[in-house]
Amino acid sequence: MARIVAGIGSSHVPAIGAALDNGKTEEPYWKRIFSGFEKSQAWMRDTKPDVAIIVYNDHASAFSVEMIPTFALGCAAEFPPADEGWGPRPVPVVEGHPALASHIAQSVILDEFDLTICNKMEVDHGMTVPMNLLFGKVEKSGHWPCPVIPLAVNVVMYPPPTGHRCFMLGRAIRKAVESYPEDLKVVIFGTGGLSHQISGPRAGLINSKWDKNFLDSLSGNPQKLVKIPHIDYMREAGAEGIEMVMWLIMRGALDEKVDEVYRFYTVPASNTAVGHIILANRGRGGAHKSAAKSATKPKRSGSKLKRAAARVKTERISS
Amino acid sequence: MAREQHDYDDIPGTFVFDAERSRQGYGINMFCMSLMKDGNRKAFKANEAAYLKKFNLTPEQTDAILKRDYNRMLELGGNIYFTAKLGATDGHSFQHLAALMTGSTQQDYAAMMLAGGRSIEGNRSRSGKKTPSKRKAKSKSKTRSAKRK
Repeated sequence: MARIVAGIGSSHVPAIGAALDNGKTEEPYWKRIFSGFEKSQAWMRDTKPDVAIIVYNDHASAFSVEMIPTFALGCAAEFPPADEGWGPRPVPVVEGHPALASHIAQSVILDEFDLTICNKMEVDHGMTVPMNLLFGKVEKSGHWPCPVIPLAVNVVMYPPPTGHRCFMLGRAIRKAVESYPEDLKVVIFGTGGLSHQISGPRAGLINSKWDKNFLDSLSGNPQKLVKIPHIDYMREAGAEGIEMVMWLIMRGALDEKVDEVYRFYTVPASNTAVGHIILANRGRGGAHKSAAKSATKPKRSGSKLKRAAARVKTERISS
Repeated sequence: MAREQHDYDDIPGTFVFDAERSRQGYGINMFCMSLMKDGNRKAFKANEAAYLKKFNLTPEQTDAILKRDYNRMLELGGNIYFTAKLGATDGHSFQHLAALMTGSTQQDYAAMMLAGGRSIEGNRSRSGKKTPSKRKAKSKSKTRSAKRK
């Protein structure tokens, strides 16, 4: 069966994409950010996922205000990069996984999550920037290392789905993935955030304390995050910081207890606090290929050791 | 009809793009979206007022667009991801717009971001009713549970 081995949280600041596309990655301002993802790229190369589910939001690129789907699942065979006003980003067309995507759609809709199905969709920086951060730079003529299933979430018009709803959708996605017969290793991305406000007189707001608490809870106590109302995100993490609810879909798709493999946080990338985390399901691989298939109660001492190892590996680089 | 009041109206310096503003600002956002096409950008720049007549805009909305009053556009239903396209059409960076909206110079805004951004302290609430006390209580209970572990 298919299984989700790890979740990745990552900001998706457009300027990071522009810095990459315009060869600015060695400038100190940008190097500070890109260097925070070097270990993640190595982890990703080791993990070699067969498919990535990427939860992201569109920023007035593929979706206008004409249609505002709350959850839109990309079931197409490919997703071209959108023209965001400067021409499409010079990255390859994103290859989809229509078979798994339609299986997920069927499963989660019957689980009462009424998704919109997109059989034609362009994708913007919200998706391609985290892909670059985790997969590295890929020439336009090249190929991304694995197929991707995009899940676009409305976080632009208030109200976005609640944190609880997002978390529960994550759970339903996990159930769907685990009922897919083919043996596939799947990772899931939650993108956007962390604290930022780019609109109005309060633009420029950053709340690093909030961000740190969010990452801590995401890792160790996600149920605490599920209860946070929208007003708290908007007040504490900025009007656009509400994007962080998308990370809860990723978290909902993982085990209750996970290993924090890596963390990175820096301020700012243009107007935003950059946050990144990798959470691996225990005993299911992550970077280790031969993971136990017996998900239930692995040997205690072994998992304790693994946890200790993971703690050592956790990097905290703050600005 | 007066705008319905919401808990988030208490957040200072913030116009939440909610369902009501989305309805109100449909014309603003569709106008901004049209600027994704080069031909439309040229037509707009050639005669702004005439171009705006193609969209369903109130006189206040038209005025805010012509004056590049970005905060007023947000208040009248514009969304930042859309209005940013107008800024790009004028050849401005996003930081230029952010500085405009916050009433500072671009240099000052950039310096503030480099120094860690705008602080949350003093920026939570218009009414002052919302103090961090509730959150502090929450974080205390978190420390307790962390200790238990």
